[in-house]
Amino acid sequence: MASGEVKLIGAWASPFVMRPRVALNLKSVPYEFLQETFGSKSELLLKSNPVHKKIPVLLHADKPVCESNIIVEYIDETWSSSGPSLLPSLPYDRAMARFWAAYIDEKWFVALRNFLKAEGEEEKKAVIAEFEEGNALLEKAFIDCSKGKPFFNGDHIGYLDISLGSFLAWLRVTELAASYKLLDEAKTPSLCKWADHFCNDPAVKPVMPETAKLAEFAKKIFAKPQA
Amino acid sequence: MANKPILLDYWPSMFGMRARVALREKGVDFEYREEDFSNKSALLLQSNPVHKKIPVLVHNGKPVCESLNVVQYVDEAWPDKNPFFPSDPYGRSQARFWADFVDKKFTEAQVKIWMKKGEEQEAGKKEFIEALKILESELGDKPYFGGDSFGYVDISLITFYSWFQAYEKFGNISIEAESPKLVAWGKRCMEKESVSKSLPESEKIVGYVAEFRKNNLGSE
Repeated sequence: MASGEVKLIGAWASPFVMRPRVALNLKSVPYEFLQETFGSKSELLLKSNPVHKKIPVLLHADKPVCESNIIVEYIDETWSSSGPSLLPSLPYDRAMARFWAAYIDEKWFVALRNFLKAEGEEEKKAVIAEFEEGNALLEKAFIDCSKGKPFFNGDHIGYLDISLGSFLAWLRVTELAASYKLLDEAKTPSLCKWADHFCNDPAVKPVMPETAKLAEFAKKIFAKPQA
Repeated sequence: MANKPILLDYWPSMFGMRARVALREKGVDFEYREEDFSNKSALLLQSNPVHKKIPVLVHNGKPVCESLNVVQYVDEAWPDKNPFFPSDPYGRSQARFWADFVDKKFTEAQVKIWMKKGEEQEAGKKEFIEALKILESELGDKPYFGGDSFGYVDISLITFYSWFQAYEKFGNISIEAESPKLVAWGKRCMEKESVSKSLPESEKIVGYVAEFRKNNLGSE
């Protein structure tokens, strides 16, 4: 049932929160955005996600759905008649989309986070090598999945585009902090073109954090004094 | 002409077992191939170049990797028999959430029990018991996590049942004492042929873990 009020508990800076926001926009579903204060967790969040106590949480007619990629699938299935499908229709293509989304969260994003933590030349070299290996895999995955179209999902943004695209603002902030081009047209031309298309999509623009604002926020949270 | 699907697997793997259960639930005739990790097959390396891990289901020449992906794929590729998910989107999202919980929190906790000793193992024990209680509470008085029918969450978790004896022996815990409903659920699932045919005997897993601990930790 697509009826019922929609609320999203989240925070503007979180790439995981950005995912359901893009999905809701793609499906033209209005929602109330309940922003958490950084550093504390609201009663509603703790009640809605007692297992993980994390954002995002989608509340649809007060029923909670947790975990960003699971929320995106839920949005796709609930508002299936609104807007294009976020997942491909063939079982094999769907398996591919889920495989790469898991890879992005479990390997690619971890390598991105390690960029800022790396200290010393040796560690930095290792992190760069790991990250570029991941990018090369994603470049190939994009060519395989998109089949010549602008997005992983084809003509329109889908599940896998959302899963990777939600990290682009943080990628840019990391590029600035590390003074290193993480998405290089020379190495991954298709991914760079895709990133452009993604960022300029009307469903994405309003919810993509501005690089400067995010960079300042990053400085604040990473500059916490050691306890 | 479509050939029999091939499952690249490893007998004690609870992840591989998920794929076996899923295929048997759908009545799919498949070819089981045992992988030797000291000498991974060309088909495995070619089919899963990213992770080089099992299970991999090769169907119509195309590989599907990562156990929960394989289970979802099997459900979607053979939709006419024994659906693994309810039809409503909310029920489906809850099934995905709990399978994800098993895959992350529960999996991370149990691994510490059999692969570690000392403080790390103790920490694992605490996390494991916590996860058991959360799952026990989620199961409640339902016959299966899926309600009246055996489904996605049941498949994601039941394979660990073959490891329960090992967790109890090496972790010094009583799973029955901590989560009696879960143990009853495990026995109920084992009555299904798709499950009993896919899980190795608990004693074999105990032997496997004993060997591992002897070789890697210097003791049981």
